[in-house]
Amino acid sequence: MAVSSANTVDLGAAMVTAPTALADWVVILPVALPILGGAILLMVRHQVRLHAWMAVVVAAATLAATTALLVRVIAEGALVMTMGRWLPPFGISFNADALGATFALTATFVTLVGALFAIRDIDATGRRYGFYPFLLLMLAGVNGSFLTGDLFNLYVWFEVFVISSFGLLVLGSEQRQIDGASKYAVLNLVATTVFLIATGALYGTLGTLNMADIANKVGAARETGPLMTIATLLLLAFGMKAAAFPLNFWLPASYHTPRIVTSALFGGLLTKVGIYALLRSMMVLFPLERVVLSDLIAWVAGATMVLGIMGALAQSDLRRIVGFVVVSGIGVMLAGLALGSPLGLAGTVLYAVHSILIMTALYLLVGLMYEAGGSYSLHDIAGLYRAHPLLAAIAFALVLAAAGLPPLSGLWPKVVLVKASLDAGMWWLAIAILVSGILTTIALARVFALAFWRDRPDAGPAAGDGAAAQLGGGYAILAGLLVPAIWIGIYPEPVLQLAQLAAAGLSDPSAYLEAVFPLGPGS
Amino acid sequence: METALSGLVGLFYAVAIYLMLSKHTIRMILGIVILGNAVNMTIFAAGRVLREVPPIIPAGFDTPPESVANPLPQALVLTAIVISFSFFAFLLVLAYRAYQELGTDDTDEMRVAEPDGEGPPPMGY
Repeated sequence: MAVSSANTVDLGAAMVTAPTALADWVVILPVALPILGGAILLMVRHQVRLHAWMAVVVAAATLAATTALLVRVIAEGALVMTMGRWLPPFGISFNADALGATFALTATFVTLVGALFAIRDIDATGRRYGFYPFLLLMLAGVNGSFLTGDLFNLYVWFEVFVISSFGLLVLGSEQRQIDGASKYAVLNLVATTVFLIATGALYGTLGTLNMADIANKVGAARETGPLMTIATLLLLAFGMKAAAFPLNFWLPASYHTPRIVTSALFGGLLTKVGIYALLRSMMVLFPLERVVLSDLIAWVAGATMVLGIMGALAQSDLRRIVGFVVVSGIGVMLAGLALGSPLGLAGTVLYAVHSILIMTALYLLVGLMYEAGGSYSLHDIAGLYRAHPLLAAIAFALVLAAAGLPPLSGLWPKVVLVKASLDAGMWWLAIAILVSGILTTIALARVFALAFWRDRPDAGPAAGDGAAAQLGGGYAILAGLLVPAIWIGIYPEPVLQLAQLAAAGLSDPSAYLEAVFPLGPGS
Repeated sequence: METALSGLVGLFYAVAIYLMLSKHTIRMILGIVILGNAVNMTIFAAGRVLREVPPIIPAGFDTPPESVANPLPQALVLTAIVISFSFFAFLLVLAYRAYQELGTDDTDEMRVAEPDGEGPPPMGY
């Protein structure tokens, strides 16, 4: 932070002199809308009847905003909006590029689905304790993480969604929840603190926190600064948030304890924020350090995907099985980061979109299975195929999707990642991806065989027709998640192109940097 | 000044890690609080400590005429203090509720969510 001794400065280079164009507000809307909605919901905390539909309206408006943002980013490239009057690197700027906008759109869509599902899952007590405000504030934190262009601001958004997730996690105050929340809270807090250590060290080294400014300045500091240490700390922190092996044990300890819709949103959204932060920090901020770390990331990726799914094989609780499937998917996404090639990164982005949709759907499916079969344990649940054929059809589609079999969305990212691994000569990583796919098939097919095909031991009718009627709304919501998954599976071209666009922005961030500093670095 | 602060920060990290390695929740939480303070001082030291000159630009100047104290780390630390304080409050309540509900503050015995001896899932039917 050397201060220039010149007494006159060009204020035009440091300050916004024109008001922000009205259309640019779309960059901040995906964060501002849910924060406003959450605040209003807190004010009408006691009118629980209002909560559900207000949250759905806010989530739908946020979905419209993220869609508009993505359309504009595809048409015009990265968008930048600066808060206050200070231009980067002084003020905090929000930068939306194809990567962030894609993640934000998918996350908001899933949150909207979760808000709809919660209408039937969360009772009046849960609403009075603030389920919907927490939900919207978590969405704000997640979208803020995807769109911010400032490293310290990213830390703040992490804390926003983490503390909202604490609220969601302990909603109900059951023994299991408090047990799970203790482990989740402590380990997540340690992870964000490690992130803060890295942020502080980075600020001490480069004197800036704006991501584009860091990317510009990092080359000059490579000889003198402890950049490798900072990059490793960031890898540790975000790897912990993403639940990468061996830092993943908080996830299977806690994700099965809250309400099923909460589990679904956590499984879909929160770990992907870690993946996003890893992509952004490793590819844009520390590209050369990532090359050094790539072998480590590759081993972590392979171990996460194979050991994660082995955990699923050993479980008999449906929700814990899905938790381990989530962990395994993290490994698949890390494989693309380890490769670092445009194709591998595109595979990671594509898999992340697929994973946000499918992991949420799997948890919601497990919730419906519990309603229909009365148990989460594989020892007890049986005979669902006879009682609920439609649920069986949806479950079968989700098994195919999660295992990466055609014709659903899980196939293409794995095809891309296997090809990228073979291109890079990392055949063992390709084998790990394929083995984890086979083990996922075994784990989930066993769930399907036991829960759906196996006859109930008492051979009586499973649940009454009343249960089938109640599941109706749940079917519609699950189908809403399946439609994009089937669409990506059958016609992957548009989403694949989008993923390649996002990956191109990561492998060559010059367009992103130019959007933040139109006058060139150091201006 | 930075050297002394760095030594103190290192001491804080050591104490924090030692406490967090405990399996009793209260010690872990104390460790996390000390870790948070260690990080705050890291940021503070990273911003270079210079206390003599306040960051005020005199009249008639566009930039400060000499080196001034860096106000940004203080803003960062303030944010981090608020966040870590609220987390500390939450964790304390959580630990107390966990002690009430589970009857223990030993994390080895907190096995309600992940019970021991569940056994393998059914192998067939």
